[in-house]
Amino acid sequence: MRIGVPKEIEEGEKRVALTPETAHQIQKLGFSIAIESKAGELANFNDESYANVGVEIIEDAQELWETSDIILKVRPPKEHPELGFYGVELLREGQTLISFLYPAQNQELLQELSNHGVTALAMDSVPRISRAQKMDALSSMANIAGYRAVVEAAQHFGRFFTGQITAAGKIPPAKVLVIGAGVAGLSAIGAAKSMGAIVRAFDTRPEVKEQVESMDAEFLMLEFDDEDGSGDGGYAKTMSPEFIKAEMDLFASQAAEVDIIITTALIPGRPAPELITERMVVNMKPGSVIVDLAAEAGGNCKLTEANKVVVKHGVTLIGYTNLPSRLAAQSSQLYATNLRHLLTDLCPEKNGELDVNMDDEVIRGATVVNKGEISWPPPAPRISLAPKEDIGLKAKEALAKPEDKLAHPMAFLIPLVACGLGLFGLGSVAPPAFIGHLSVFVLSCFIGYMVIWGVSHSLHTPLMSVTNAISSIIVIGAIIQVSSTNPIVVGLSVLAIFITSINIVGGFAVTHRMLRMFRK
Amino acid sequence: MSPGIITASYIGASALFILALSGLSNQETARRGNFYGMLGMGLALCVTIFGLVTDNQFLLIAGMVVGGVIGWVLAKRVEMTQMPELVAILHSLVGLAAVFVGYANALDHGTAELTDIEKTIHAVETYIGVLIGAVTVAGSLTAYLKLSGKIGGKPVQLPGRHLFNLALLLGSIWLGVVYAEQMFVDGGMPALVVMTLLALLFGVHMVIAIGGADMPVVVSMLNSYSGWAAAAMGFMLGNDLLIVVGALVGSSGAILSYIMCKAMNRKFINVILGGFGSKPAGTATSVVGDVGDVRSIEAEETAELLRNAKEVMIIPGYGMAVAQAQHTVYEITKKLKNSGVNVRFGIHPVAGRMPGHMNVLLAEAKVPYDIVFEMDEINDNFPNVDVSVVIGANDIVNPAAQDVPDSPIAGMPVLEPWNGTTTIVLKRGMSTGYAGVDNPLFYKENTRMLFGDAKDRVDEILQFLSK
Repeated sequence: MRIGVPKEIEEGEKRVALTPETAHQIQKLGFSIAIESKAGELANFNDESYANVGVEIIEDAQELWETSDIILKVRPPKEHPELGFYGVELLREGQTLISFLYPAQNQELLQELSNHGVTALAMDSVPRISRAQKMDALSSMANIAGYRAVVEAAQHFGRFFTGQITAAGKIPPAKVLVIGAGVAGLSAIGAAKSMGAIVRAFDTRPEVKEQVESMDAEFLMLEFDDEDGSGDGGYAKTMSPEFIKAEMDLFASQAAEVDIIITTALIPGRPAPELITERMVVNMKPGSVIVDLAAEAGGNCKLTEANKVVVKHGVTLIGYTNLPSRLAAQSSQLYATNLRHLLTDLCPEKNGELDVNMDDEVIRGATVVNKGEISWPPPAPRISLAPKEDIGLKAKEALAKPEDKLAHPMAFLIPLVACGLGLFGLGSVAPPAFIGHLSVFVLSCFIGYMVIWGVSHSLHTPLMSVTNAISSIIVIGAIIQVSSTNPIVVGLSVLAIFITSINIVGGFAVTHRMLRMFRK
Repeated sequence: MSPGIITASYIGASALFILALSGLSNQETARRGNFYGMLGMGLALCVTIFGLVTDNQFLLIAGMVVGGVIGWVLAKRVEMTQMPELVAILHSLVGLAAVFVGYANALDHGTAELTDIEKTIHAVETYIGVLIGAVTVAGSLTAYLKLSGKIGGKPVQLPGRHLFNLALLLGSIWLGVVYAEQMFVDGGMPALVVMTLLALLFGVHMVIAIGGADMPVVVSMLNSYSGWAAAAMGFMLGNDLLIVVGALVGSSGAILSYIMCKAMNRKFINVILGGFGSKPAGTATSVVGDVGDVRSIEAEETAELLRNAKEVMIIPGYGMAVAQAQHTVYEITKKLKNSGVNVRFGIHPVAGRMPGHMNVLLAEAKVPYDIVFEMDEINDNFPNVDVSVVIGANDIVNPAAQDVPDSPIAGMPVLEPWNGTTTIVLKRGMSTGYAGVDNPLFYKENTRMLFGDAKDRVDEILQFLSK
């Protein structure tokens, strides 16, 4: 099947759905690929680099839409500013569209896609289960947004992030507060931390504390016993009023102290919660920066304006909604890789044919229109997490198991006394010669015990082969008896001599061969 | 030659054997140790041949020469991956020799005047020597067949096998009593022969019930038995040299078995009674993810990861031995080392099919031993490791041993690659290890699976690294 990649037409959108590298990989699945001329230009991929990996370059956007079996895009289809067409109306039965579609907000688009009988997969509807992480484009983009948020903040912050002591005086490190420790939040924490700032993070989900702390940032805790903000699919849910009040108090005190606030709080399908009030902004130090990653959904701060940088009360508020696009080469590469993973799952035979398997949980979740039939919203995802309480409980039970009853402190004497009595009994009946041999035997066991503990683990195989060779000392027994007059005894002895000789020579020789191989 | 000189030489030989074993404490002195061993053996043989042999010299020399040549050829030809098989077959020869010597002695036990108690002791010594020898022969041959794949590695368990073993034991004791009464009356041969057959049966039955992963324990145990057989022969013949060597070898094998059991967190008695991996793994398998949750990787990306790493840890297992991948692995190691990557090897004590098996394979591939580390030396270093490469190993890197209290391998010490940045697992498919336990490592977020034959995959990695 033929894949077509049109140029993104949204204002300020620099990303492209395929990079030359991923195009090369996708061709291995049996697909042929065409791309609109200059589609990758803003993300630093020129037409030549696509042509070099065997991608066809097509000048006419309309032709591309009409001749491709699969359309790969970043943004949902939109009216073309110059050519005046929209894309969707050109699609027909049998064609597949894969891009961000935001089905909850774009019901009409869904309906239209359905009317044209196409199949559409929304990259934003890929279920957030661990198997689908490799195609989770929302996470990829959030990661970039978090990083870019810190870069934007640094751009507008008039000071260093890192603390320094210079000849011209001491520079305190910048203090950064990250609200919401999801993918974007964690990425922002990492970026700010590596620039040298002091980073604090807050999240309503207590289980992210560990992740925050693993990045060497401080996790701000609220003293609430039994409120857990974890919702389905790794997102947060709305909290109780008491909780929100405590949370706001915390933010108010932090706002006065920190230099930079990065907010990433989003609840799916609702306007973003207001976390930073105007009062808090007023209380912030002049020159402080707020980056509001929720600007598109109304913002975590009411003063933020989407897609703009504004200064209010001496605080710079950054409301860019296209942060991933501002790192176009990187985000194109990650998005294209997510697409590649999805296509790999859609094409298990690697024969260049799509198989939209609605029994596959991931594909089912992503497919919003299947052959003209709207299949959104998907059934609730299966809980992918193992019941962790069970494991924990088991571990606790195992730990709680009482120790086996304590041994009596004098218990070690029992075997000693037993051995002593045994030896005494033996000594009273056995002939002196036997006792002599026995003492040699026992002492040798102890020597062996001491010597063998000293043997290096790496030489255990040579140890076995050399002990093998020397245990063939049994040949002495055979040699002593070989001069017997009894022919059967002679025969047995010669046989024993023969096989132990194999062992002696073989054992020593192979040990020698192995030891010669060990080298520094 | 006077008896004094013979005894003195035997003392010298014993000392040389002890030096041989203590020489193995490190690589520098190991070759000298082996030389001491040969010297001791040569001394003991010369003194015995020149001092005690009065007849049949031709047969003696012929047997030694023919046997020696065969041994030499075997030692030269054996592949390092086949060392466990070779060691097993050599053990069986020691056992067989013990049986022959025991029988020869039973047929011709000298004319010395013995008191009653001495007679009984002598009979018991002979009996025990033959018994251990026969168990060693049968057990080692079975182990050899298992290791070389001529019979299946899965444990074969007869119903009522514990009762069967008990019956064999009681039968042997009873036959022993009969033999001790009859040996000096009419030779007692029937009792000895029947016991030998029982012991052979027991040897086969014992080893056949033990699974493939427990082979390191079995091989060390048989090593130990061959020593005890030699010691028993020493008692029988009143020869201190045999007793000393037998005790040394016996305790050596016993300690190795102990180390192996400890490395698997298993009780020796449970290993011997067999049955690892035969029961269903129970709830332990249900908590890990489904097959879809694994993230696979290709050789090209693996090469890229390795090239960009600073610290690389390679964890080989039996799969590397089977695929004969050790040479390519070392080529990769050299390439990486030349570009400034610190490559080390982490070895689990029970990796492979016999103690120290991995070390020998790596040594064969010319991997310098100072970059090969034991589990205990290296486990704390994993947080600094950028890429760990697990080649054909499974149970020894299974986090369930630490996390899942009711896992069949719970408590077994394991290597901890998951503490590093990325772990790459080379594996043929998603099958479980010998313990039959699913491995949560494969589903961890920082684990990538590189599926396919280990040799093909490492060859590909090498190609990409060479580009």
